[in-house]
Parts: sequence; structure tokens; C-alpha cells
Amino acid sequence: MGKILMKGNEALAEGALIAGCQGFFGYPITPSSEIAEYMARKFPQLGGIFLQAESELAAINMVYGAAATGARVMTASSGPGISLKQEGISFIAEAELPCLIVNISRGGPGLGGIQPAQSDYFQATRGGGHGDYRLIVLAPSSVQEMMDYAIEGFDLADRYRIPVMLMAEGTLGQMMEPIYVREPVKPAIEKPWATTGCAGRSPNIINTLHLSPEVLEHRNQHLQRKYDQLQANESRAETFMTDDADLILVAFGLMSRVVKKAVIEARKQGIKVGLIRPITLWPFPDAIIKEAAEKAQMFLSVEISMGQMIEDIRLAVDGAVPVDFYGRIGIIPNPEEIYSEIIRIAEREGF
Amino acid sequence: MKTVAARPESLTGAQYHYCPGCTHGIIHRLVAEVIDELGIREKTIGICPVGCAVLAYDYFNCDMLEAAHGRAPAIATGIKRMLPENVVFTYQGDGDLASIGMAEILHASARGEKITVIFVNNAVYGMTGGQMAPTTLLGQVTTTSPYGRKAEVEGYPVRMAEILAENEGSAYIARTTVNKPANVRRTKKAIKKAFEIQQKGLGFTMVEILSACPTNWGLSPVQALEWIDENMIPYYPLGEFKNKEA
Ligand SMILES: Cc1ncc(C[n+]2csc(CCOP(=O)(O)OP(=O)(O)O)c2C)c(N)n1
Ligand code: SF4
Repeated sequence: MGKILMKGNEALAEGALIAGCQGFFGYPITPSSEIAEYMARKFPQLGGIFLQAESELAAINMVYGAAATGARVMTASSGPGISLKQEGISFIAEAELPCLIVNISRGGPGLGGIQPAQSDYFQATRGGGHGDYRLIVLAPSSVQEMMDYAIEGFDLADRYRIPVMLMAEGTLGQMMEPIYVREPVKPAIEKPWATTGCAGRSPNIINTLHLSPEVLEHRNQHLQRKYDQLQANESRAETFMTDDADLILVAFGLMSRVVKKAVIEARKQGIKVGLIRPITLWPFPDAIIKEAAEKAQMFLSVEISMGQMIEDIRLAVDGAVPVDFYGRIGIIPNPEEIYSEIIRIAEREGF
Repeated sequence: MKTVAARPESLTGAQYHYCPGCTHGIIHRLVAEVIDELGIREKTIGICPVGCAVLAYDYFNCDMLEAAHGRAPAIATGIKRMLPENVVFTYQGDGDLASIGMAEILHASARGEKITVIFVNNAVYGMTGGQMAPTTLLGQVTTTSPYGRKAEVEGYPVRMAEILAENEGSAYIARTTVNKPANVRRTKKAIKKAFEIQQKGLGFTMVEILSACPTNWGLSPVQALEWIDENMIPYYPLGEFKNKEA
């Protein structure tokens, strides 16, 4: 089949359907609402469940219940709504319920604005709610990846019994690009832990309360082992012209495509620059960055925020080379702006 | 030999952690007996609250989940929507249901979610040590209303059965108590009706049960049962507030 033109949010929603998603629970918020609207249109014919909840608190708890039945289910929201979901996400992480949580992100703090931003990076990559937990966080950079990562997100969620967050700037949700629509997949993972009624087996209990300190610690160690496994096996990044680069720019999501343009322009001027684009924001691709830091002279984190991912880059680089920052908020920096920043640094540092 | 009384199959037999004279235990047993009598144990899924009944998943012998404080009706909604053939119930206290979970319960009822809510109203926050609940009576002394609840300061106690009966989506709403044998029997009948109406798919069902918390009321178990008659029932009248079958 050839390519078709699709909007980012709709490609993501269609990707979820292709992955066998059977339930969507959400509350409207710009710039994510098209996902809910797409599901509301599609699910009645497909026999799935679309339900507009009374709040994001309720929506994430509906996801908790629905995921507990073993079905592939999801929710989508943005900044203020994702904040409200944090209580439920903490419970879902500890109950180890697979599900997809989408943040079509906008700028904060507070009500902020509906312009694109990446300032929910800390919230997404540090768990977000109370307790020691993580989510897998995927950051698509194109409409095609909105679809592909939604499919992959459900797969990762089932395999690791973990909530997966897909985080994309509002612009990526709203823009249209031609994409290949993927073939439907059949979820293959058994879920013997699901609460579906105890016919023919002893009752299943889904619980996050551990009153004994030994059990609580044991549970936390269990989660930590899973997170260690994810860090070892699932962290991913795209690298572009990094081999001989003096300066490596790091950017994720749609921002990374803008940075790539600036890198290509700077290369034409003979400046040795490259790009690392984290695909999994958690687990963060530490190893790839650490390795690049052995050869590069300097890093530049480019973010649509006041500087959040830069902390992870610094941790990965571990003092080997300096890490600089360039960021805007509410506005995606354009390629010329980033190109000028590269030139400024190259002149200053003599690259 | 004839067995006159036995533990319902729907209870695990694990020893309750409830205080002496607490009526949570009686209510658990009634719910379990109803599940047995309706023959629905293997398709029933229960959701525990945050409150004294948080450990109810150790006591009910069916699939169970434990919810965040007040969110049980939203979790029940997620389950029931995915598994419409199953029977789903929540078990919630008054802080859980009428305070932090007010939005979730109101909307589950408004949507006519086909679930059964067992609402245990003991006029205090039991688990956290007897603080004021939205159902605390005027004049009632609690640790956070140490001079007695005053309407001007803390407002009025909420009558959840009456509020939820107003919702079109509610199919069965009753208020009962378990302070004497006749009331225990009436409570069991109401719980059974609620589960039956859920199975018929008529809409949202709830039984509000006035329950004793002798520990936090500072009363003996017997005095606590009398306190329900003297203080709670005058403000929280017993009866059926909605029955779409009738
Ligand atoms: C979000 C949140 N806030 C507060 C608490 C603390 N807390 C635990 S139980 C409870 C009140 C329970 O009272 P109620 O629902 O009346 O049940 P009871 O214990 O009386 O049966 C509170 C406030 C909590 N666990 N979670
Ligand atoms: S504190 Fe009150 S509600 Fe809780 S177990 Fe004791 S008597 Fe029962």
C-alpha cells in the first residue's frame, strides 16, 4: 500500500487500533483532543470502548481498571491533565499494569499555553508521581513514528508489565505528513494475572499496599530489577554524523528534525557537528552519549524548555566534556537560529 | 448432623483486622452471603477503598483490586466496560466516597454504570484516627472538629443516598444499618437487590450502610449500636430512595 496523508494525533490513534487497543478513557485538552475524537468515531464500529471521563483523575483510574482485565487500553492528555493523572500512574506502575499514556505536550507551568513545549521532560522521565518508579518514555519525531511508536509502546508495555508514555510536542500531534499505515498486529502475550473473575482458578489480587517493610522493599527491588533490565536492553537513540564530530547536539522529538537541518548546514561550512536524538527518554541512552563523549569536544542540548534533558546528558557525559544549552519555550527554535548558535560556539571554541 | 451456619465460600476465612464492635465485618459477611446465594463468585470482581476496609482483598474470595483513595468507582467503570458480563462491586467508606471520591461516585451514578457500591457510612475517618468526615453529624466531636462540627465552619453532613437517587442513571439506592438483627436482615436484602439489579443491567446501584466505629466514637460496642439509632438515623433516614424495578 502507498502512503496516505495523516495528522499526527490521528496516526497515533490509528496506531493504537492497529496494536489491538480496545479501550480509551480520556478528558479533552488541547492539543491532544483529536486522539479522543478519533477513538470516539472508530470504537463503536470496532466493538471497543470509548469513554469520556469526568476528569483525568477518573480517566487514569478507568485505565487502571480496564488494564487490569488484560485488555490493551490507553489515555491521552497534555500538561495539566498529565499532572492530574500522576496519582493513578504511580498506582499503575506499582500494580504493573500495561497501558499507553500519551502526552501531547504544551508549555507550562500552570495553565501555560497550548504552544509546543518539551518542559514535561522531568515529569515523564522521573516517574512523575510519588514513589520509586519509572515509565518507558518514547519520543516520536514524525507522524510515521507517532503510529509506529504507539504500536511498539503497547508491545513494550505488555512485555515488561509497565505503563508506557508516548510524549510528543503539540505541533507533532497537529501536523500532517504522508505515512505508511502498518498491518494490524495480534497481541500475543498471556496475562494470567488479570482480574477477569476467578472461574477455574484461585482469585487474582491487584494491589499496591504493602504494610510490611520487608514486602515493600522486596516490591521496590523487583521493580528496580525490571528498570535495570530496561536500561540494559531498551534504551535507544538515533545518531547522525557523530563519528568525527567536535560538537554534538542532542535533541529529541520534532526538535531533533530542526536540529538535523542546522547540522547539515554547518557541515556544508566544514564545521564538524553531529546529532544524537534520544528515542527513549527513559531509559535514557546514557551509553551512546558516554561513548560519543570520548571523541567529541563538547555537547549542546537543544530543548523546547528552560533546560531539563541537559541534566541527563551531563550525568551521561560525567564531566568528560562541557555541555551547553540552547532552549526556547512556546516556540520551536528554527534551523537558522540553531545554525547561528553552532557558528557562535564553533568560533568561540575554535572548532 | 445439620450445618446451621458456615463461612460463606465468598470469604477466605482470613481473620479480620477490624476493632471489636466494628460492623465492617458484618457487612463483609452479608456481601459474601449474597454473592454465594446468587452463584456469582467466579465472575465477581471487587474493588477495595482506602480506609479501614483497604485489606478487604484478603477477606473476599473473588478477584479483587485495591484502589487509590476515592477512585474505586472509576476503576469499577474501567473493569465493567471491558467485561460487561462480570459482576463488579466497590466497597467504600464515607471519606473515600463522599469526600475525595465525590466526583467519581457522582459520575459513575450519572452514567448509570452497572456496578454495585457498598457504602459504609460511619460518620468519621476510621483508618486515619477519627478525623471529621463529610458525613460527620453537626455537634459531633472528632479529632479535627474537637469542639463539635459547626454548620458555619464545616458545613452540613452530606446525604449521599438522597443525592445519588436524583441521578437518572441510578437504578437502586437504599440506606440501611446493621445495628440490630432485623436491620442486618434488611441490609442483606438490599445488598441482594442491588446485585440483582446490576445483573439485570438497569443501572447504578448503591446500598449506604450506617456502620459503627466504636473506637473513634469513644463508645463501647453496644453504646455505638445505640448511637446509630439515636443520632445517625434521625439525620440519615433508612429506606429505599430509588428502585427502578419497583
Ligand atoms: C490521597 C490520599 N489522601 C489521604 C489518605 C489518608 N487516608 C487514608 S484512609 C482515609 C480516610 C478513610 O476514611 P473512610 O473512607 O471514612 O473509611 P473508614 O476508615 O472510616 O472505613 C484517609 C484520609 C490517603 N491514603 N490517600
Ligand atoms: S477504626 Fe472504626 S471503622 Fe476502623 S476498624 Fe476500628 S471500629 Fe472499624
